[in-house]
Amino acid sequence: MSKILLHGTEAICEGAMRNGCRAFFGYPITPQNEVPEYMSVKMPQIGGVFVQAESEVAAINMVYGAAGAGIRAMTSSSSPGVSLKQEGISYIACARIPCVVVNIMRAGPGLGGILPAQGDYFQATKGGGHGDYHLIVLAPSSAQEACDFTYRAFDLADRYRVPAMILADGMIGQIMEPVELPPMRPLSDIPEKPWATSGHYGKDRRILNSLIIKPEQLEPHVNELQRTYNEIYANERKAEQYKTEDAEIILTAYGTVARICKSAVDQLRAQGVKAGCIRPITLYPFPDDAFSSNAERADCKAFLSVELSLGQMVEDVRLAVNGKKPVYFYGRTGGNVPEEEEIVEAAKGALGKAKSEL
Amino acid sequence: MIRILLAGQGGQGVLSAGKFLAESGLHEGKEVSYLPAYGPEMRGGTANCSVIVSETPIASPLCTVPDVLIALNGPSFHKFAPRVRSGGIIIVNGSVSDAYAGRDDVTVVDIPANDLAMEAGNIRAANMVATGAFCAMTGAVKEQSIINCLNEKFVGKPAVCDINARAFRAGIEAAKKQKK
Repeated sequence: MSKILLHGTEAICEGAMRNGCRAFFGYPITPQNEVPEYMSVKMPQIGGVFVQAESEVAAINMVYGAAGAGIRAMTSSSSPGVSLKQEGISYIACARIPCVVVNIMRAGPGLGGILPAQGDYFQATKGGGHGDYHLIVLAPSSAQEACDFTYRAFDLADRYRVPAMILADGMIGQIMEPVELPPMRPLSDIPEKPWATSGHYGKDRRILNSLIIKPEQLEPHVNELQRTYNEIYANERKAEQYKTEDAEIILTAYGTVARICKSAVDQLRAQGVKAGCIRPITLYPFPDDAFSSNAERADCKAFLSVELSLGQMVEDVRLAVNGKKPVYFYGRTGGNVPEEEEIVEAAKGALGKAKSEL
Repeated sequence: MIRILLAGQGGQGVLSAGKFLAESGLHEGKEVSYLPAYGPEMRGGTANCSVIVSETPIASPLCTVPDVLIALNGPSFHKFAPRVRSGGIIIVNGSVSDAYAGRDDVTVVDIPANDLAMEAGNIRAANMVATGAFCAMTGAVKEQSIINCLNEKFVGKPAVCDINARAFRAGIEAAKKQKK
């Protein structure tokens, strides 16, 4: 199939629909309004359900219900709206219901601004709501990946019975790029869910619940969740490495910021600085192996985490590097996006500092 | 690779023109990206978008140092003119802006886009006048690709399509005259 020009948001919708998503519940918020707009047109056309809910809280609980009945369901919002959904997400995680939640991050805290940001990294990767749980978190950096990762998120969520999140910055909500769409997957191709509350019809009774009041039952349940996260960690960590083989300074960034970093790497290399870039694709599980293997290299001098926040992913980078090499940080906030030149300067500064401290 | 920054007032069709350029590049088999930046207003306020058309995969979608600036009003002309790459091109809407960029290392093409659009039938087609000038100055996308986009966009609205196509051609002619 040939490529078509799509918004990042539309690419997310196509990725969902083409992998069996048949229920979308949302509530408008910039910069992701194109997601519900697109779904409101497309869902009825493919026999799916679109509901503009009365609030974000309602939307996530509609996902809870629909996905509990075995339907592939999705909701989408932006930072303040995703905060509102956290209670529902925690319930869904406890009840082990696979679904996909999209967060097109805007600048915060509070209502903040509508421009791109990455300030929700902690919320997305460390739990977000209450209790011991995690989501599978994927970070697309192009319209093509917005489609492909959303497609994949449904399979991952189903396989592990863990909700998945697409964590994208506002640039993904605005950018238009050529996208090659995967074929529409027939619903009959999607594995059956032996736990779904899809009607009795002579089957055994099935209950999905997040209230487990007896401590002797809740502890094994949470332990079982943890076993699943360990399995996800073992199987699903993913990162892209760009010119890291001989890099002295390794930039790291996720989402669209990683693309600016790649341009910065090229500029640094043109100036004779051996730079590389690690782009985490899964934010949970964090691809720590990509960092630790580079930190082991003698010619690797330092890491620089570049984020649209004041330092969130950098904590996971430090854990992964584990003190073997210095880890520096460069970030912008408030909806501002760093330019290549800023990153080039920050990288040179970090490398200089690392060398002088040796 | 060509990096194009289109800027103007919200409602002037800056974003539509940018989309046409990206669509055209895609139809010609090139790599493209289109990244808009605008406020919450439907009209008024400022709007700009970064479009890249490239033979090779595009890393950063930003146009912090554009090769070409298309400025549809005075404020965006003066705001972005200092950013243009040395040796680059600025297309400015001379109907509503002066054309003094304060530097002589760029080519400033002064196109009375609003006037030519009105002659073509509607002031709202000023964006297409500027797009025409862009095609004539750079050849970065083919004229026929833009016409194809217009036909696709305004299918069922032949009168609107004609006005836009006329405005587009007027922009090409105006730029060619300046080139000589």
